[in-house]
Amino acid sequence: MDKIKILKRGIIKDNPVFVLLLGLCPVLGVTTSAFNGFGMGMATTFVLFMSNFVVSIIKNFIPSKVRIPSFIVVIASFVTITELVMEAFLPDLFDALGLFIPLIVVNCLVLGRSEAFASKNDTFSAVTDGLAMGIGFTLALTALGAFREILGSYSLFGYSFIEGDGMLVFVLAPGAFIGLGYLTAIFLKIIGER
Amino acid sequence: MEYIFIIIGAIFVNNIVLAQFLGICPYMGVSAKVSTSVGMSGAVMFVMTLATIVTYLIYNFILIPLDITFLQTISYILVIASLVQMVEIILKKVSPALYQALGIFLPLMTTNCAILGVAILAVQNEYHLLQGVVFAISHAIGFGLAIILFAGIREQLDLVDVPKGMRGAPAALVVAGIMALAFMGFAGLV
Repeated sequence: MDKIKILKRGIIKDNPVFVLLLGLCPVLGVTTSAFNGFGMGMATTFVLFMSNFVVSIIKNFIPSKVRIPSFIVVIASFVTITELVMEAFLPDLFDALGLFIPLIVVNCLVLGRSEAFASKNDTFSAVTDGLAMGIGFTLALTALGAFREILGSYSLFGYSFIEGDGMLVFVLAPGAFIGLGYLTAIFLKIIGER
Repeated sequence: MEYIFIIIGAIFVNNIVLAQFLGICPYMGVSAKVSTSVGMSGAVMFVMTLATIVTYLIYNFILIPLDITFLQTISYILVIASLVQMVEIILKKVSPALYQALGIFLPLMTTNCAILGVAILAVQNEYHLLQGVVFAISHAIGFGLAIILFAGIREQLDLVDVPKGMRGAPAALVVAGIMALAFMGFAGLV
């Protein structure tokens, strides 16, 4: 398949968050600021890229009955690597993301791409797909993080631009749902689905 | 008394879906009808309690003695995946009626982050076994409460004239946000 097409599909047409609604737990849970959203997106992109790479290589050796547990072990290994590296080099981000780092294992997006794409395509297409989906996911998380940070604490990437405390509700749980609802509507309008 | 704090905290104050954002996929995915959401909550309660017990035993009797707690994520997800498979096989033999009722929800349980999340949280909070079981059951009740209420609202939402751009997922997300706002009223209860 055309690589440009795969990239475009992952970022826009089948955007994992706004269109496919996959992996919403970290999307809502960690996006209290744009930087946290970006960090989570990068961690997920790494896991997606590497697990798609490995799954596409080993797909011919795995009996189809045990493929899901095998994919999960591959994914869990890369999640553990991410967890240890992040704890060592980015301790602040590690604390902010907390429980959601080990939970990348059960992100339906990662397992979904292994099962639906990497196990059926050649290695180069699979890593392109992992990268595209990861970029789409990161963009969505950063956008929602920025939206909540701007309204909730009047700042962006930690730089405040208006004096004041901001609308607290956007930092708390309800703001995550409502913000994602409106961003989804806007995204669907822009790409012409509505 | 301590158990009452755990129960109320898990069901209302730190509701697993609306305050901790765990298990959003089934929350959005199978909440179109009240009847399916009831089946889903039953399956979640069953697997969540079993998984918390088994992962507690694994953590305290295998991972800690061997000093390999960094394998927590990998071992937990393997245990949960095989547990789900085992429950599926046993239910099929013992109670075909229940198996039919739970249907597709059982295999989906492996990638439900609420299950893994509660198992990890129970270890993080350093609960002993009985506390862990109470913690898991009350989180499952909280999940059931949130998803059944949400399904009820969504059934009504289908009958209303929603603006074109907000139909479907966006409107559902905003409704979930308003529910989360309502649940924030419980903050400070415990």
